[in-house]
Formats: sequence, C-alpha cells, structure tokens
Amino acid sequence: MKSYLLNDFIVERIEDRCIDCGACIQQCSFGVFSRDKDGKIKIQEEKCVGCLRCVIFCPTKALIVRPNPTTYRPNSYWTREVIQDIKKQAETGGVILTGCGNDKPFKVYFDHILLNASQVTNPSIDPLREPMELRVFLGRKPDRLEIEFNGADDVEIKTELHPNLVAETPILFAGMSYGAISYNAFKALAMAAAEFGTYFNTGEGGFPKELREKYGKHAIVQCASGRFGVDPEYLNCAAAIEIKIGQGAKPGIGGHLPGEKVTEKISETRMIPEGTDALSPAPQHDIYSIEDLSTLIYALKEATNYEKPVAVKIAAVHNVAAIASGMVRAGADIIVIDGFRGGTGASPKIIRDHVGIPIELAIAAVDRRLRQEGIRNKCSIIASGGIRCSADVVKAIALGADAVYIGTAALIAMGCTMCQRCHTGKCSWGICTQDPNLVKRLNPKEAAKRLVNLLRGWSLEIKEMLGGMGINAIESLRGNRDQLRGVGLEEWELEVLGIKGAGE
Amino acid sequence: MGRRTPEKDIQACALFGVMNKLGKRFGCEMVVTALKNMKVRGNGLGAGYAVYGLYPKFRDCYALHVMFQDGNIEAKRAVDRFLNENFDVVDDEEIPTNPEANVVDPPLLWRYFVIPQKKGKDKVLSDDDYVVSKVMYINTKIDDAYVFSSGKNMGVFKGVGYPEDIAEFYMLDQYKGYIWLGHSRFPTNTPGWWGGAHPFSILDWAVVHNGELSSYGTNRRYLEMFGYYCTLYTDTEVIAYAIDLLMRKQKLPIEVVSKIFAPPLWHIIDHMDEKRKKFYTTLRMVYGPLLLNGPFTVIVARHGEMFGLTDRIRLRPITAGEVDEYLFISSEEAAIRAVSPELDRAWTPPGGEPIIGRLEADLDEVLPSQ
Repeated sequence: MKSYLLNDFIVERIEDRCIDCGACIQQCSFGVFSRDKDGKIKIQEEKCVGCLRCVIFCPTKALIVRPNPTTYRPNSYWTREVIQDIKKQAETGGVILTGCGNDKPFKVYFDHILLNASQVTNPSIDPLREPMELRVFLGRKPDRLEIEFNGADDVEIKTELHPNLVAETPILFAGMSYGAISYNAFKALAMAAAEFGTYFNTGEGGFPKELREKYGKHAIVQCASGRFGVDPEYLNCAAAIEIKIGQGAKPGIGGHLPGEKVTEKISETRMIPEGTDALSPAPQHDIYSIEDLSTLIYALKEATNYEKPVAVKIAAVHNVAAIASGMVRAGADIIVIDGFRGGTGASPKIIRDHVGIPIELAIAAVDRRLRQEGIRNKCSIIASGGIRCSADVVKAIALGADAVYIGTAALIAMGCTMCQRCHTGKCSWGICTQDPNLVKRLNPKEAAKRLVNLLRGWSLEIKEMLGGMGINAIESLRGNRDQLRGVGLEEWELEVLGIKGAGE
Repeated sequence: MGRRTPEKDIQACALFGVMNKLGKRFGCEMVVTALKNMKVRGNGLGAGYAVYGLYPKFRDCYALHVMFQDGNIEAKRAVDRFLNENFDVVDDEEIPTNPEANVVDPPLLWRYFVIPQKKGKDKVLSDDDYVVSKVMYINTKIDDAYVFSSGKNMGVFKGVGYPEDIAEFYMLDQYKGYIWLGHSRFPTNTPGWWGGAHPFSILDWAVVHNGELSSYGTNRRYLEMFGYYCTLYTDTEVIAYAIDLLMRKQKLPIEVVSKIFAPPLWHIIDHMDEKRKKFYTTLRMVYGPLLLNGPFTVIVARHGEMFGLTDRIRLRPITAGEVDEYLFISSEEAAIRAVSPELDRAWTPPGGEPIIGRLEADLDEVLPSQ
C-alpha cells in the first residue's frame, strides 16, 4: 500500500560544505542516509524523525533538518497532525505509539505563576555570600517530638522516628527502567545521583546487581505491576521503595517491553527469560482497592524491617486529592504525583494526549486536602511530570511539594532531543535503546557529568530565587503559596491553586 | 506630637521588655520611657503593652479584654450573651480610659473576669483549651468583637497611636506588674487598626514582634493542621500560635523552641558531635515548617518567663541588659540605657540564641491573692 503520509522533516545537505565523510550515514539510526550505487550520499527523508544526531555530528555543519513546510489546506480543526494520524491508522490499523510526554498546547500553569521577591520591608539574601539551604527530608514525620530536656546540650529524643530520605537538593531522578533506557543511561543517572547527594529511581526493570553496592544508597527501587527484578535483596539494597500504580504519560495503562529488547543482561536483571516480552499489566493485580495497597505497603515494610520509606506513585487524575489522602492513610510515606506532561518511553498517543490533569493543579489540590485532614506531615509529596527548569521546581514546592522528580529534563541533559521515537528502540543518542552499537554512544561518565551540571545549575538558580524571597532554607518555601501570584488565570484556577492574582 | 507619620523614610518596630526576676511589681514608667526613646522605630500607627501580675484580685479568673469596633453595642450584647452561656462572669467593667489622650477612633473597650463553665463535649477540654476555643469563636464569629487579651492575672492594652499616647489613653500609670512588654509599630503589611497593634496574646502568652516573615505561608499552613486559623493575617499571630503549639501544648522548653524557630545552619549541624547532630537534624526534619525565615525579633512572655529571640542570620536587632534583679530586652541598647544608664551587663546575643529571663521566686509567694 502506498503511504499517503507527508514527511515530518526535510533534510538538506549543503553541497559545498559536505566533504562526503559519511558520518551522517553512521550516525543516523533510522536509515535516512545511505550511498547509492554510484557512491553518492542518498537521503530518504521520509525516515527522518528529527533527532538531529546527524546535524550535531556532521563535522562541517553541512546538514539542515527542519519541519516539512508542505501543508494540507490550513484548517484549525482538522490539523495536519489529525489528518496524518488518520492516514497512519488507515494504513496500519493499529494504535499510534509515541514517546515523551503530552505535547499539546494545554495551558501551562507554571507559566501563569510568578514568584515574589523581597523589597525594603525584609531583605533579600545573597546566596553568593550567605548560606542557602536546599536539604530536604522525604518521608513520614511525627506530629511532635517528645524530648527529655536536661539543658540545652543534653536533649534526648523520646519519639520514635520514621525513616526519611535526605536529599541535598529537592530534585530527584524519576523512575526510568533499565530496558526502557540503556544500561549506560541508567548508570549515568545512578552516578549523578550519588555524586550530588540525591536519588535516582530504578523504574520497574530491576536493579543490575553490580551497581547495587555503589549506588544502592541513592536508589529508589520500584515495585510495579510487572514485579520485575523484585526480591528481598533488591528491596533491601535501596534507600527507599516506590510502588508504581500509574504514571502521568499513560494513566491507567501498563507497559510492554518487546522481547527483542530483552537481552541477556536485561533478562537477568528483570528475572524473566531472555527474548520474552516484558509485560507490565495496567493495574497491579494484587491491588484492586486501597486496603490492598495498604497490604502491599506493609508487606514491603516488613520485608525491609521498617527501615525504608515506602513511596506510592500515581498519575495525576481527577480525584487525585482523595486518592492521595487514602494512600497516606494506607501507610505511604511519600506520595508521588505524576502530571499529564510526564514522559515515557512508549505510550499510546491517544492516552498520552488526553488522560490526566496538570501537575500544578494536582499538587495544590493534594497539599490542600492533606492539610485539611491534618495528615500533610505524615507524608512527603514529590511532584513529577513536566518539570522543565528550576523555576518550575520552586513553583511546585511553593504549591506544596517537598521535592520534584525530573525524567525528561534528565534525558535532555544526556542528549535527548525529544524526537518522541523512544518506542522504536533506535534512539540515536544511546539513551532509549538496547542496540549495543547505539548504547555505546552514551558514555556514562560524561552523561553523569552533564546530569550533575544540570542539578548544580538548577540548585544555584533555586538559591537565587529563594534568596530573592528572603528565604534561606527550602523548608520555608514548601506550601508557601503567598510567594506566588497568578497572571491570566480564571477565578476557579486561582482557587484550586490557592494563590492570589498578581496585584492582589 | 500627632499621629503624623515621620517624613523620614525608615521602617522598623521598637520592642522592649522588662522583668523583675524576683516578681516585684513596678509601674509603666520604664517601658514607656524606653519606647519613647525609640520613637523613630514606630510611626504612630500602633502601640501596646502587656503587663503580668496585673489583676491579683482576680488572679484565678481569665481576664478577657475585648474591643468592640465602632462602639458596636450589638456586638457587645452578643459577647455578653456568649460569655454568660459559657463562663461564670465574676466581674466586668469598661476598661478605664482617658478621653483627653491623643488617639483617634478608639473602640469600646471592656474587660471581663471569667471562670469556665464547661458543658457537654467541651468537658474533655482543659480550661486553657476551652478558653482558646471560645476566644477563637468570638474573634471569628461575632462581627466587630475582638478579644485581645485572655490570660489570668495579666492583660494587654493596645491601640493605634504612639506608645506614650496609648499609655496615656489606658492610664497605665495606675497599673503595676512584674513583667512589662511594650511595642511601637511601623506597619507595612497590615492596616493600622486597633486590633492589629501588638502585643498579640492568647491565654497568658504575649508576643511583641518586629519583622516580616518570608516563611509566613509555610508557617500558617502548618499551624492550620493543628487547628490554628490565622484571622489577622499578621506574622505575629503566626508566631503566637506557634509558641502556643510548641510550648503550651507540646511542652517544649524555649531552649528547644528557639532552635525550631531559628535553627543552626546545616554546615554547623554537620560538624557537631553525634548526639547533638542527631538532635538538631531531627528537630529540623520534624519542625522545618515552623522555621521562621526572614527577619524577626520577638519578645515573648508568660507568667514567670520572658524571652527574646532574633532570626538565624540576625536580620533584626535585639539586645539585652541586666541590673540588679531587672532584665531588659530591647531593640536598641540606647533604650535600655535611657531607663537604666548603669547596667551590670549589656550584651547582644547571636541569631537564634534566646535571651531568657525566669522568675527566681515562687509566684504565689511574691504575688499573694488579695
């Protein structure tokens, strides 16, 4: 059947710059470049996904990749994307898959919220000259401390404390499994988390044994519907455990790692036969209710001697506040809310683009509900899904989060260009692939350096913003919605966010 | 000297506290003189005093000072009714004031001496909690009525005006106490209304405060979880509630509470010996939402105790002095010297280090019932 689809991109080669070195042929994992029988470089631009690997690695900057300007008759209802999707399905009869998060022009609440700064009545603080503290504790806190006081230097704490994670910055790496991402990408995340004093999340694909000793202290291991790689050793080597109920990119949907990606190493890590599909069911089949969740939470706590906080991650959905409240009451020490912008390796496009709610509204609603019920300090909240910059982090925390997860931003730091072709397994940047030739393109040490740099840059910016507000410890920002003002928001939106409009 | 705001553009508040550690009662002269000395720290939009050992005759009654906005007599009737339903009202009278004093639009001011009459489900509450809940009720549910003082054998007098005018208005020279707190206000973020002046007080706690908390939103929302709802939208209210929660309800001493409000920095904690490190780390972990971030100085009093504290990086001034059995805490040393030129000791504590004055005598002995 002839394809009626338009090319997404056009690829141009500037003849007088090209030295015919063939780097583009080597770099492109989607087969755009080849040599014809005369040895001339041939471009099949219908295969181009816009990953820009060839552009970056062309030694003479001879390549230009840009969106195909050819359009259907302009129509703001039947857009190019809609028409293309219909044609694609008419040709394949399948579910359209994609990667990354929701890319539709929904209102970005972060961009309608502005931060405060101190003027006159209290001083701003200069983070270059004064201490500025970003350390956060994640986990359950008691309502009060009982102490035995025998003078200021001799105080005994009587209250039994729950285990908490200690992160040196309120930014953690979100769950991305070995299998979904490459070994090198996985290792880079672990290395960066350890170096910076924060945490990475293994995702649901297990935790390679040789990395456990060195990086276990900085790992949050996931226990998801497929239970891949879960055993007592896996649970106990980590700093915390996360039960994944859902994720922002595909709420209510499971996962599928095709058998061709289940290499020997992945098979060992996931504890499944080599070459078999790794299927993660949509629900966890032992959790059909809140009491089932509680059972699993306490089973994991029992298995780890109550020494590790247990997190529960859900996608931000309509009743997120009530669900979160139930999760805390079920025993979750940390709740992770993943907004609809959250990314993924592979998801049905229709789900990615139409299910879930914005993280900003979800965090505000959850924080408010937990406070109303007097249980906010029984858990920590991690905001996840579409955190793009340090200002998003600050806004999320001021809305009520304790910390954030970054996934997409971390991948971008390592090289990802958001081409949304994660599900193809051909990631030319060596991130979302198991092809050994592609994987080795990503040097874990260098990728870790990029990640550490990103954390450092964001942390410095957070300090600048805090200092501007006259705050020198991140805990004084949490839930401090007075430091936020809305612009271009409707009354109900301000109400849900719990913030005033600018000028108020 | 009118209520005209000084033209010079400055902002600050003046705080002063003086305590006789033997519990001997004395008059208002020192505190008024000290606040006058710090005139430029206020702008005539609010001043007030808290006096301990004020009502020995009614020492077992809660003394409620109530203001009725615009002389609203309906509000007073509602409060009278409410108090008669919930308390034994032992005595009540209009608070004596001097109509000649230089203040504008004073509200109707009344004081009631009451004993709780708990009924039904309220029976499980302690007297203190009962009084707090009834005060909260009046302040949030009865329009134009505001209880600004509710402790035993102590009282708050405050309003819109310079400190010396407020003292004259309330005729403070007729009162005696063993602790006097005073405040002169330069409001920036709340309108100057009578209820908004300092001290803020609940039960026998009184707080005077200088500063603007950047952590207000965090602090306020944490306190809401424990049933404290801020109705005045001032930082001071937040501090008063935090003190009530930590010191009265959770029974933490000021030495610990000061480290919650103004904790040491992590790089200092990380280098402490194991025991202290664990204690301070835990304290910050559990009570992080009550870190008072941004500039503040507070002087807090309750029966038998007065303490002063400034923020962790000392963005607001505090200084202390001692002479004989008197302890002074002040925004400026000059004000202490204005009261007592000779001091046994004068010092400026570092941020987060409380100045603590405790009664060295048994209150019952030095202040017998009359």
